[in-house]
Amino acid sequence: MPTAVSVEHLSYSYPGVDNTPGVAVFEDLSLTVEQGSFVAVLGGNGCGKSTLAKHFNAILLPCGGKVYVCGMDTSDEEKIIPIRRSMGMVFQNPDNQIVANVVEEDVAFGPENLGVASPMIRQRVDRALQQVGMFEYRSHAPHLLSGGQKQRVAIAGIIAMEPKCIVLDEPTAMLDPKGRREVMETVLKLNREKGITVILITHHMDEAAQADRVVVLSKGQVVSDGTPREVFSHVELLHSIRLAAPETVELCKALNDEGFRLPLDRLDTEECAQALYDAIKA
Amino acid sequence: MLKDITLGQYFPGNSPVHRLDPRTKLILLVVYIVALFSAGNWVSYGVVFAFLAISIAVSQIPLKSILHGMKPLVFILIFTGILNIFFTAGETVLVSFWGISITLEGIIRAFFMVLRILMLITGTFLLTYTTSPISLTDGLESLLGPLKKLHLPVHELAMMMCIAMRFIPTLIEETDKIMSAQKARGADFESGSLLDRVKALVPILVPLFISAFRRADELATAMECRCYQGGDGRTKMKLLRYKLLDFKGFGVGVVLLAAVFVLGSFGL
Repeated sequence: MPTAVSVEHLSYSYPGVDNTPGVAVFEDLSLTVEQGSFVAVLGGNGCGKSTLAKHFNAILLPCGGKVYVCGMDTSDEEKIIPIRRSMGMVFQNPDNQIVANVVEEDVAFGPENLGVASPMIRQRVDRALQQVGMFEYRSHAPHLLSGGQKQRVAIAGIIAMEPKCIVLDEPTAMLDPKGRREVMETVLKLNREKGITVILITHHMDEAAQADRVVVLSKGQVVSDGTPREVFSHVELLHSIRLAAPETVELCKALNDEGFRLPLDRLDTEECAQALYDAIKA
Repeated sequence: MLKDITLGQYFPGNSPVHRLDPRTKLILLVVYIVALFSAGNWVSYGVVFAFLAISIAVSQIPLKSILHGMKPLVFILIFTGILNIFFTAGETVLVSFWGISITLEGIIRAFFMVLRILMLITGTFLLTYTTSPISLTDGLESLLGPLKKLHLPVHELAMMMCIAMRFIPTLIEETDKIMSAQKARGADFESGSLLDRVKALVPILVPLFISAFRRADELATAMECRCYQGGDGRTKMKLLRYKLLDFKGFGVGVVLLAAVFVLGSFGL
């Protein structure tokens, strides 16, 4: 499979204030993301998740090493627009990424910047709004929408640019459970039906469990990388970097500590119940 | 309480005035103002007034909301009226006291001045009442487009206006939240001397400003991520296009201007 993003020996440190040395976030990080995959990036506070996300569309440039997006080098200035066009980014606070005071005008902002012809913009906007299920709100004012709806408008604004890949930087952190569910459903749908590569940065384990692949970062290093089942079964490793596994795994782990022998890769409530049933019966 | 603030005072509707292109409305407003200031007598004022009255009637904006908007201006109107009554020299003296005389000319002049201000404001209200803020900005950007050649940042100004309007409700909400938070910790905004009350605003303004800067920073990043690079090479989803209705509007504007000038040349 072709790669959507490839990070090669990335090092980055934030510039220090008044000639003091900056804080090094990454020293030697390598990572590749295949096109069409759904990757969740997990990590505690300050592990460099958001910094990494900003490298994916040339908001930050590497101090050392390279980042390639769809084969384009992010440090090549002429490639910045094509890179941002193929790599959409959704941020945490939905309020601070909506530009216009009408939903459809906001969704049109990206395509307008790309110089798409007017009738085509109309089509793209309508399609994007339908894909996130916000079409009937197209002429509403964004400040009257709920958090989940605003975040879906923000996602529509990104997919109207028709990117190959979307990075979501903790898109559900400020939302209520209902809004979180709406956003996750939208993201999953885009990945499954449109084949858009999704890189989801999160600290909700149940969201990460829905991905094809989970990458765990700690202190600027990849400490675990694999399918959700593989990654979450290393409960001790997760605990050592102050992350919790999904609740089902935590339950099985707690029971195992008391002498049970349960598998640690049951992410679904249903599966977990079945495993418990089997264990008790045996 | 802050939620009551209405913005732009736009009354959605589907009247011919609403459907006019925002550029047409802006141009007609300028034409109307020129006509108003060229009018010098009863007849020409009557023509301009008729134009305004018909526009209001067609727009279906309730007269009450226009009058309501006038409230804050009553003081200025009275002040202008009094100033003109007392300080206009004339021959037909009606009353004279303490060396000040009120003349018939003064009263007529005051009447026209007040009428002119009233009609000026009503005309402007009609524009903002019938045009949504976003199409108003679009119209302005398009009309001022030629000034880009003089390196005037027309697109940037329009973008700033648009973003400002987008964030006003967000910031009002935020102010409400900060006020509640400060009240919950015992802040008092409603009592004390004027100075005390002004001082009490500091703990609201400081967090509000900090948060506004943070928002601006995040918004700028988000805009960059969406390939924003200024006005060059940008297209628009909604293109402004003059329609038949707009040409009719221009026709009415030309007739108005011609009528006022012709009447003026006859000294009416």
